[in-house]
Amino acid sequence: MENPVLIFFIFLPFLAAFLIPLLNLFWDQAKTIVLPLVSFVLLLLALLIVINPPQSTQYIPGGWYPVDNIPVGIHLVGDGLSRFMLLLINSIAFLCAIYAIPYLRLFTGQKYFYTLFFLQLAGLNGVVLAGDMFNLFVFMEVTAKASYALVAFGVRKTEIEASFKYQVMGGLATLFMLFGIAMLYWMTSTLNMADISVVLRNDHAGNTGAIRFTQLFLLAGVAIKAAMIPFHAWLPDAHSSAPSPVSAMLSGVVIKVLGVYVILRLFINVFAPSEFLSMVIAVLGGISMTAGVILAIGAWNLKRLLAYHSISQMGYVLMGIGIGMGVVAGGGSPEAVALTFTGALFHMINHAVFKGLLFLTAGSIEYSTDNLDLKKMGGLARYMPLTMVASFAASMAIAGIPPFNGFFSKFAIIVAAIQGGYHFRAALGLLVGILTLASFVKFQRYAFFGRPMPRLSLKHTPLLMKASMITMAVLCVVMSLLIFPEARAIFLDPAVNTLLESTDYVIKQL
Amino acid sequence: MSVIVQKVAQLLSALIFVFSMYVITHGHILPGGGFTGGVLLAGSFIVLVLAQGQGYLKLKQQRERTSLFESLSVLLILLLGFSGLFAGSMVFFGNYLPKGQPGELLSAGNIPIYSILIGIKVAATLFTIFLALTIYKEEVSK
Repeated sequence: MENPVLIFFIFLPFLAAFLIPLLNLFWDQAKTIVLPLVSFVLLLLALLIVINPPQSTQYIPGGWYPVDNIPVGIHLVGDGLSRFMLLLINSIAFLCAIYAIPYLRLFTGQKYFYTLFFLQLAGLNGVVLAGDMFNLFVFMEVTAKASYALVAFGVRKTEIEASFKYQVMGGLATLFMLFGIAMLYWMTSTLNMADISVVLRNDHAGNTGAIRFTQLFLLAGVAIKAAMIPFHAWLPDAHSSAPSPVSAMLSGVVIKVLGVYVILRLFINVFAPSEFLSMVIAVLGGISMTAGVILAIGAWNLKRLLAYHSISQMGYVLMGIGIGMGVVAGGGSPEAVALTFTGALFHMINHAVFKGLLFLTAGSIEYSTDNLDLKKMGGLARYMPLTMVASFAASMAIAGIPPFNGFFSKFAIIVAAIQGGYHFRAALGLLVGILTLASFVKFQRYAFFGRPMPRLSLKHTPLLMKASMITMAVLCVVMSLLIFPEARAIFLDPAVNTLLESTDYVIKQL
Repeated sequence: MSVIVQKVAQLLSALIFVFSMYVITHGHILPGGGFTGGVLLAGSFIVLVLAQGQGYLKLKQQRERTSLFESLSVLLILLLGFSGLFAGSMVFFGNYLPKGQPGELLSAGNIPIYSILIGIKVAATLFTIFLALTIYKEEVSK
């Protein structure tokens, strides 16, 4: 009944994080071995539990088992959705880790990076595994604190300013979340998610005013973390001034785990999906999608352009989730719901891969030319062919050109919107797709083609950076295979089923 | 600082230190515990540094040492939690040592050990933060 594999996703990164400063005293190179090794072990563990799901979905540390069916201890939950997110987190983290080793030569104070990276990873794994509200909150804070420090890692003026802005907004999000959790605790007298869900459905079914109030506070907190458009001000600065592997982690994983995953878990598994909330989420998603891409077209700093696209692409995911929740609340057919959630989750992992890759190629350009301004680039295709190919694959994927993975997931979301009767949202999705293509044509044109740069003293891209970029570029194509039912049954369906049978969550966890 | 302040700070520091030890070791039977005691423990060192003022190099050296204690204590907490997987009820963070008589100083199994390690961790962290700020001030004034 117990599944001790789950605890290792939190234990190993914490262990590595605090082992590295000690090993560093005796042996300088230890950190460059511990980092890829531990993240590779985590990736293998994640693959193992996704491909071969264990019988039990939960683990209770400390042996505090439920008393009279009332949970009293900490619950770690590794159901379909959590396992899917674990695979996403640990695969991107592994690729970023091997990229980071040579890339960090640009920085001083390298030893701090490794500890912070593992703290962030431990926090992310913890958020995904948390089965009660308070642990969710604590691990969100662990992730956020590590991210603040990592954003300021370069300790230049702009980076510290970005980190400060991120901390202020993050602090606000924390406040909203904590208030929402306090409200929930007041209403239900429990912090376990499955238990909260039972109490809300039985005892507070009529008390909609207080529940809606709580939901809005929680949503505001999560929306800041997910950088939906009225709450997005911190993201372009923070994601563009962090070191590139960290940008890839922030854009590829952190906003998804702290944003989308928490929304899915809270508003589908804990609260029953409601018409009102689905509308709020879908509208916020639609606004983020459109405004994000418009802001991106005007950006000339490469990483800033990519950061705005993160907002825009997350808008797609959130719109997909909003439509799915709307169809659930309206009593639509399970097939239609499954299609939207599959589309949203599929787009989420696709975005993690291609946006991660785009940030890594931006890092590679920065490493070689020490420049991120698109106006001062040009003709790089001749000098960095591999980076060019990788970034071309990622650009086509994000713009939604078949056969790259982005096409299929965007297509699924748009088809789901049409089936659900949301024609305007579908049209918006198409329009944003075209604008995305336009801005990535701009990126390709200014960075890799056109007139070559006048002075060229390029550094060679190190092998590990190349390996990481090639792997991700290959993934951009290979992940298209997830549209086939056989592949989908392993990776996507368990996660979608967790969302479809939201009452099942309660039965399995209590 | 004058000799009077330095002497009083020394005496006070010793008192705070003893009290912090009391709070940390009685974490499982009295209010307080690792965190509260750790803050007091850090306070006893901070009082000394404030009163005596130490040279830049000495501060830097101390900071290296507090960082070491910080990592070491967390590592020990994790390993103690991990040892729970192999003993007693076979769970992470399992409480497998003999529980003893409730209310006694030596009771509650593993909890006092966690308390002590958390005390060290909190004290080291707070002292590191204090030292970092002091070192920064010294660097700016140079």
